[in-house]
Amino acid sequence: MSQSYDRGLVEDFGRWREFSAGMWAWVFHKFTGWVLVGYLFTHIAVLSTATISAEAYTQTIVGLESLLVIRFLEVGLLAVAVFHILNGLRLLFVDLGVGLEAQDKSFYASLALTGAIVVASVPTFLAGAV
Amino acid sequence: MSTQVTEQETETEEQSSHQRRRLEEKAERAASRDRMRERAENDLDEADTTFTLKVFRYDPEIPEKEEPRFDTFEVPFTKGMTVLDSLMYARDHYDSSLTFRHSCRQAVCGSDALFVNGTQHLGCKTQVVDLGDDGGVPGEIRVEPLPHQEVVKDLVVDMEHFYDQMEAVEPYFDADELPDGMEEQRQTRENREKIKMSSRCIWCGACMSSCNVAAGNNEYLGPAAINKAYKFAMDEREGENRKQERLEIIEQEHGVWRCQTQFSCTEVCPKDIPLTEHIQELKREAVKNNLKFW
Ligand code: SF4
Ligand code: FES
Repeated sequence: MSQSYDRGLVEDFGRWREFSAGMWAWVFHKFTGWVLVGYLFTHIAVLSTATISAEAYTQTIVGLESLLVIRFLEVGLLAVAVFHILNGLRLLFVDLGVGLEAQDKSFYASLALTGAIVVASVPTFLAGAV
Repeated sequence: MSTQVTEQETETEEQSSHQRRRLEEKAERAASRDRMRERAENDLDEADTTFTLKVFRYDPEIPEKEEPRFDTFEVPFTKGMTVLDSLMYARDHYDSSLTFRHSCRQAVCGSDALFVNGTQHLGCKTQVVDLGDDGGVPGEIRVEPLPHQEVVKDLVVDMEHFYDQMEAVEPYFDADELPDGMEEQRQTRENREKIKMSSRCIWCGACMSSCNVAAGNNEYLGPAAINKAYKFAMDEREGENRKQERLEIIEQEHGVWRCQTQFSCTEVCPKDIPLTEHIQELKREAVKNNLKFW
C-alpha cells in the first residue's frame, strides 16, 4: 500500500506562480485582514497615552507623525484598507451570486483601483515630511 | 532499472523446462521492448516536432523507486495528440512500468485527472498544443499525480477519501413519494435546465485536489460532493422533506460554510461546472432555510 510522504513542492505555497486570480484574491484578503486586526491593537498603545494627560497624547501623535517611516506606513495602511474594502465588496457580490463569471476581472479591478487611490493619496500623506 | 527476479538454478526436468519457457518469454519481452524503442527512434526521426514529457515517478514497493523522482521521455508530436496520448506513447515505447489510470479517453469516465504543468487537467481532454505558449507544441510538459491525495504509484492516487465525501451526500435520487400509476417521474424543462450543469460531474476529483480548504480539512465535503448535493436538493421531484434532509447535510459545520470562494475548483473542472456558483447558491438556501421572522 501507499504511504504518505513529503511530496515537496507539489502541494505547497512554493507554487505561488501557478495561482489563479481567485486564489490571489483570497491570499490578499487574508493578509490585509490580519494587518488590519494588528492595526486595531496599535490603537491601545497610542490611545492609552490619553489616560496620562491630554498633552502626552498630543505629543505622542505629533512625535509619531514627524517620523518619515510612519508616513510611509500610513500609505501602506491605506493600501491594505482600500483593497480589503474593495475585495470585500467583490465577495459580497460573490455571496449574492452576482457576476461570478467576472470574479477574476473584479479582482483585477480592485487591485487597479487600490493602486490608483494609493498613488493619489501619497502627496497628502507625505506632506511636510519630505 | 530491471525489476525481474534473478532466475534460480533448478534440478528437476519439469522445472527446467518451465524455466526455459520463462527465459524465452523474458527474451521475447526484451526483444519487443527493443523493437518499440527502435520504433520510437524512427518516429522521433520522422516527426516534425517532438516534446519532452517529464513524468513524476514513485513506487513504494521497489526500493530503487521509493524516492519520488522525475523521468523524461522524448515524444514525437502527432496532430490532435492529448496529454494522455503522450503518456501512453511513453508507456508503450519506453517504459511499460509507467502507471496511470485511463479508460474512456473521451472525458467521460473521469479516471485520468492529472496535475499537468501545475494545474489539474483531464489527460484525455487536454491537447498538447494548448499547453504551448502561442498555440504551438510546448518544449516540455510536466505531469504529476493530483496534489493533496496520497500517491499509490507514479500518477495513480488514492481516491478513497474523495469517494467517501461523495457518498456522504447520498448521491442518488430519492423522492418523498412516488407518483402512482406512472413509472416515469417527469421533470419540468426549467428544473432540468437548472440542474443540467451539476449533473455533468464525472467524479474525476480535479476540483477537490485544487481546493486549498479541502487540502487542510479532511472533513470538508469538497466541491464535487456539494455539487452532487446541489443536483438533488434542487430537483423539484424529490419533495420538501427530502430537501430538508439534504439541506441538513449541506449545512453541517464542514459543509458549504467551509468554502472560501477561491474559485480554484471552478477553474479546473473539466466539465465546466460552475461549482462555486452552486456552492454559493446552497449557502443562500441554507440561510433562507434557517431565517425565521416571528
Ligand atoms: S465537479 Fe468537475 S472537477 Fe469535480 S469531480 Fe466533478 S467533473 Fe471532476
Ligand atoms: S480517460 Fe476517461 S476521462 Fe480521461
